[in-house]
Amino acid sequence: MAEKVLMKGNEAFAEAVIRGGVRFYFGYPITPQSEIPEFMSRELPKRGGKFLQAESELGAVNMAYGCGAAGGNAFISSSSPGIALMQEGMSFLCSAEVPLTILNASRGGPGIGSIQPGQADYFQVTRGGGNGDYRIPVFAPASIQEAIDILYDAPALADEWRNPVMILVDGLMGQMMEPVVLPEPKTPVTSADIPKLKPWAISGSEKGQRSVVKSLRLQPEVLEQHVEKLFEKYNRMEQELQKVECDSIEDAEVVFVAFGTMARLAREAMEILQSQGIKAGLIRPISLWPFPYYAFDALTDKTKVVISTELSMGQMIQDVQLGVKGRFPVKLIHRTGGMLPTSIEIVDKTKKILEEVR
Amino acid sequence: MATNKLFFAGSGGQGVLTMGQMVTYAAMYADMNATWLPSYGPEMRGGTANCTVVISTDKPVSCPLIYEADNVVVMNLPSLVKFESLVKPGGNLFINSTLIDQKATRDDINVYYVDAGGIALKLGNARTANVVMLGAVVEVSKVVPVEMIYKIMEKTFSGRKAHLLDINKQAFHAWKPE
Amino acid sequence: MKPVFEYTKGMTDAITSYCPGCTHGVAHRLIMETLDEMGLLGKAIGVAPIGCSVVAHQFMNVDMCESAHGRSPAIASGIRRVHPDKVVFTYQGDGDLASIGMGEIMHAAARGEKFSTFFINNCIYGMTGGQMAPTTLIGQRSTTSVDGRTREQAGMPLKMCEILSTLDGPSYIERVALDSPAHIRAAKKAVRKAIEYQLAGKGFTFVEFLSICPTNWGLTPPKAMEWLRENMIPYYPLGVYKDEEAQDNGDK
Repeated sequence: MAEKVLMKGNEAFAEAVIRGGVRFYFGYPITPQSEIPEFMSRELPKRGGKFLQAESELGAVNMAYGCGAAGGNAFISSSSPGIALMQEGMSFLCSAEVPLTILNASRGGPGIGSIQPGQADYFQVTRGGGNGDYRIPVFAPASIQEAIDILYDAPALADEWRNPVMILVDGLMGQMMEPVVLPEPKTPVTSADIPKLKPWAISGSEKGQRSVVKSLRLQPEVLEQHVEKLFEKYNRMEQELQKVECDSIEDAEVVFVAFGTMARLAREAMEILQSQGIKAGLIRPISLWPFPYYAFDALTDKTKVVISTELSMGQMIQDVQLGVKGRFPVKLIHRTGGMLPTSIEIVDKTKKILEEVR
Repeated sequence: MATNKLFFAGSGGQGVLTMGQMVTYAAMYADMNATWLPSYGPEMRGGTANCTVVISTDKPVSCPLIYEADNVVVMNLPSLVKFESLVKPGGNLFINSTLIDQKATRDDINVYYVDAGGIALKLGNARTANVVMLGAVVEVSKVVPVEMIYKIMEKTFSGRKAHLLDINKQAFHAWKPE
Repeated sequence: MKPVFEYTKGMTDAITSYCPGCTHGVAHRLIMETLDEMGLLGKAIGVAPIGCSVVAHQFMNVDMCESAHGRSPAIASGIRRVHPDKVVFTYQGDGDLASIGMGEIMHAAARGEKFSTFFINNCIYGMTGGQMAPTTLIGQRSTTSVDGRTREQAGMPLKMCEILSTLDGPSYIERVALDSPAHIRAAKKAVRKAIEYQLAGKGFTFVEFLSICPTNWGLTPPKAMEWLRENMIPYYPLGVYKDEEAQDNGDK
């Protein structure tokens, strides 16, 4: 196994996608992820890649669309308000089936909000802020190592599905350092490989066929067929891309559901409750879309309540309710605006909820 | 020790973030699990700095955020006022007595007054004050093996900085419990 | 028998969907014929805009992608990063380029991006049905300026060649018109020069085509050509606004 290194989240994220084969980065500075474009501007030219600071997030996502349409492995990163601006591009990317790896370091909102960790982008990233019927797989790692592993695989995953893939983190993870093991760098795709590997990409018709990357379909019957074809793909994604970690849920009286940074707080709260003799468990969705609804089927009659713990006013809770299917009461423990609860705060609130439901 | 939570606070330039990072590196070299989390945001530019280190010997660190700490280091007075309450009962509070002339108010914790700046000055390099303090923390808490602190020092103070290795090792052992 | 004329392979066999008398077809053919003559059809990658020419890829017989409204210069910048040895161009209308896409075109031009932009200026939004464009002339009627554009209400029309020529990034900028055989021949020369400069790695090149929109102007094609000559050319003078090579020569 490779040697462990201590890495700051933002730099680890950037290093991981480069090792995963990304050679093109387009971005616009926004806190709390600006270390990613900084890192990319230093590192990509050294590794045969290209860095371009865009004039805006609109510019960045469209540069990435052009790059992906041309067959390049592109990466863009931003934070909540910047991701909102990029949503136009995401809808186009999905319709035109252009691969792209996107990182969202989400922060407190709405509006310009705060720069502290937030999860109020849940709807934005899982329901799509762009127009039309489309889906983007979203993964929410809870540690730097998990983020590295997901980001390392993301470019290949985006290529395989010909669809954007998003990784959702926050500024806390971006600033945090943890010992990690970096995977071996993959051999990047060169421009000369593209006509063979991605015949659909616009690389010049001298490759033997003319390629057109498009999303306009003015005849409704043609567009309907196209969207149905996309949804066959999304349906397969729902089967194949669900990721979840479950901890101590079999006999749990109370089950937390949490992702990302909040999952780490919820895990500690679970451990504190367990040490006090209260049976607590944790369902940690790693894929937010497709949401791992099936995980809730494993809950037994011993469960009294399921608690969605979120850094928002309660957005994931809607998916939790769909997963629970009315079998148990679903409650919410949350902070928002960039505020974080302590694990003790979660423990205290959980005890109050348990008193109510028992 | 399964989990040990450390908190380092002071003002910018006092080497507060570095202290935390050195402990984290040492923990990693000792095959422990660890997280290092700095305060971030506008206050980073406002002159105060702090970081949280969580070390776990038996499993991945559950949570990098803390509500109480086993070991708290305060390098200036505002940090003492703000973070004395963070020490868990029976935990350790390390006060940089060079800059802080006040005493701790709690009696349910162990308090160590470390003249970090004075000791560093006597050694001939005032900039090693944070290493003097780190030595006190490691000596008292035994949170990481001393050899692993050496290892990170040897990596940090190499090449053009190699001449700083000895003084840093001296500083690390300079504080002795009374 | 020796053919005296062959239709360019740069255009597909598809019948264009543009209105009768529209000059999009002329502009399309000038660009594709030039690429064909230069032997570049297999190496060309184009970006179609939002507007009537969103379907340009149905007619231009090269690799192409569609763009979100105004974003073509950003997309072309991305394509360029992947394929530095290809010929990349955007084809954009006045609403696309001079209104919603102003940020993208300005920054691509300022960066000296090595692609060519062909800008169709017909002083109106065509596809959406004749609304006021950033290039609509003072006094010109549109569906959002029914009594004619006024300076007080909508400000002055934008002159893109003049604006872009203030930047250091572009290497070649010319405004041409598609109203007469002589002007069309001159336009083709401008297209060729833009592509030659791109191939030579000189930096961003830009050709503005003064064009007509008989449908939305409410004029017959011949009347529209007259209107272009009488109203557009005086406000949007034809000519070369920037030529790096000429400047280099001048310096020497």
